Amino acid sequence: MDRSGPIRVLLAKPGLDGHDRGIRLVLRALRDAGMEVIYTGLRATPAHIVKAAIEEDVEAIGLSSLSGAHETHFKEVSRLLEQEGATDVVLFGGGIIPQQDVDQLRSIGFEWIYPPGTTLDKIVSDLTSTLRPTTSRNGDD
Amino acid sequence: MKGEDQPPSRWVQECWEPFVSEHPERMEGFQTSSGTPIDPLYCHDEESPGPGEFPFTRGIHPSMYRGRLWTMRQYAGYSTPEETNQRFRFLLEQGQTGLSVAFDLPTQIGFDSDDPEAFGEVGRVGVPINTVDDLDQLLDGIPLESISISMTINSTAPLLLALLLALAKRRGVAADQIRGTLQNDILKEYIARGTQRFPVEPSMRLVVDVIEHCTKEAPSFNPISISGYHIREAGSTAIQEVAFTLANGIAYLDACRDRGLDLVSVGRRISFFFNAHNQLFEEIAKFRAARRMWAKICRERFHIEDDRACQLRFHTQTGGSTLQAKEPSNNIVRVTIQALSAILGGTQSLHTNSWDEALSLPGQEAARLALRTQQVLARESAVTDTIDPLGGAPFIEHLTDQIEDAAMTIICEIDERGGMLKSIDNGSIRRAIEQSSYEAQIARDSGAATPVGVEEEGEIPEAPFKVDPDIEQLRRQSLEKFRLQRDNSAVTAALLQVEKTATGSDNMIPVLIDAMEAGCTLGEVSRKLSTVFGETQNHG
Repeated sequence: MDRSGPIRVLLAKPGLDGHDRGIRLVLRALRDAGMEVIYTGLRATPAHIVKAAIEEDVEAIGLSSLSGAHETHFKEVSRLLEQEGATDVVLFGGGIIPQQDVDQLRSIGFEWIYPPGTTLDKIVSDLTSTLRPTTSRNGDD
Repeated sequence: MKGEDQPPSRWVQECWEPFVSEHPERMEGFQTSSGTPIDPLYCHDEESPGPGEFPFTRGIHPSMYRGRLWTMRQYAGYSTPEETNQRFRFLLEQGQTGLSVAFDLPTQIGFDSDDPEAFGEVGRVGVPINTVDDLDQLLDGIPLESISISMTINSTAPLLLALLLALAKRRGVAADQIRGTLQNDILKEYIARGTQRFPVEPSMRLVVDVIEHCTKEAPSFNPISISGYHIREAGSTAIQEVAFTLANGIAYLDACRDRGLDLVSVGRRISFFFNAHNQLFEEIAKFRAARRMWAKICRERFHIEDDRACQLRFHTQTGGSTLQAKEPSNNIVRVTIQALSAILGGTQSLHTNSWDEALSLPGQEAARLALRTQQVLARESAVTDTIDPLGGAPFIEHLTDQIEDAAMTIICEIDERGGMLKSIDNGSIRRAIEQSSYEAQIARDSGAATPVGVEEEGEIPEAPFKVDPDIEQLRRQSLEKFRLQRDNSAVTAALLQVEKTATGSDNMIPVLIDAMEAGCTLGEVSRKLSTVFGETQNHG
């Protein structure tokens, strides 16, 4: 993938979880970093998330869950993306996600799982260095 | 040594003595470990209002914790009604004095465990309760007439109230014997917590239906707990927490007045719920300021003459968002400081978080330790032996005044913009919370306010607790069985009645109780209500 221009990202809250403090912070940080970000709002279904991701032609999808529903919903998003042949989309997630689940989520395509305490800079620089390696200035701003 | 530090004789004669003669203190005479006597109150000003006196800055009761300690009420719920019942019994055996039910998200939003919308969420963050049988199992062996039950439930609060009253009938317990609290605070769901189901207008009607029904039929039950907790968790400052919570309180009192309810009866049953974060003195001052502000709002804005109806009674929970996943045992210290602020601020009940909650739901040992933290403060620290011990300290009084002024300024601005309902609707409250959340994150990320231990090397430990994903299947089976055993024609008739009442303007609660007794489920009734009320948009 060698896209240029602003990185396009979809952020989503799958399931019924209403904790959106974290994802709203990420939304603001990514936008401040010049990315084009679409946010689904609460209670997005995996099918809706994948459809929106394809329609909006995003390069990355970030999912947030603090309710434990990552086990079902994160997997379902990954499965539907594969089914749609959109395997080049970079997946990442965050929230209250037990350490013992992280390896499994990595194995189904989640590039990063961000625990509580992650800095916004880290998320911005991970996305930038992966999706725009040539223009990335290695994690500043 | 005698002199100006003695409790003011006016307060002793007018307030303390009459109260204590009827409600004796916990023990005869309090003293320090060295034998120095401890008076109930220390005050330099003979005339200033003491505890138990309007506007209640120093506490709502004349003897506060010298009379009775706060209620230790740990929020718990997960997996199935049976498993949560085991945790409840464990907590009661360990000396907990009240119950607090955490419901799973499907129950909070009005979906049965077998609804496709509930997929992946059943029993995760709380217990699923769909039927009277579920609630009966949850409270098996727990007497409704002697243990108070708090329920964190909002969109579906009328349904859980109906289930509880239906269960009371089944057990032969009179409604006026039921004690406890329904959160029933829908407004903060739209701005901070996110379990709203119906639009604001019908939701407000349901809130008032609950308040009206309880003040008439279940007068020992608190029908609403106006919550700043989640506003703070969503990122607000302490001052915004007070301002937005009291502004919501004003909106509810306005709605009760518009319904024609007696504001004295309502005021006496309204309760509040606040957060406690790490900055000890600011938190203590926050509780004192909130108490004084609410008393003045009730008196000056709503002309409530009855003193008791102007008291701000509140529950406190320590701050979930302050807990760290790195070096999580440090959280025990954070929780202790936060709990201390609630006690020094005069809370009526308290939940202390478990140290492992940045990792998962609390495990049993962590839940016990959280309760023990309160017990150590209650029994060993002696901070309970004099009332409002920091009252009169210049810094605390300054902070109390400053929080009151700043929060009142915000409330006036909300008034000028047309009130809280309008401000919620146009997104201005959410934006204000979000801005504070962002500023706090920047302070944290920049190193100006980085918590201890989070930058140390080392892995985040594994989560100590996990809900068994198979329970979703178990719940489906139990609901299937429930639906086979009930009288389906009675269910259909009851649902029709729900629809009819929802379309009109009568109080919904009696009809909801009938529906639950007829065997309707929470999900079926919610779906029926949503056909009449519509569904709210989920903010993006």
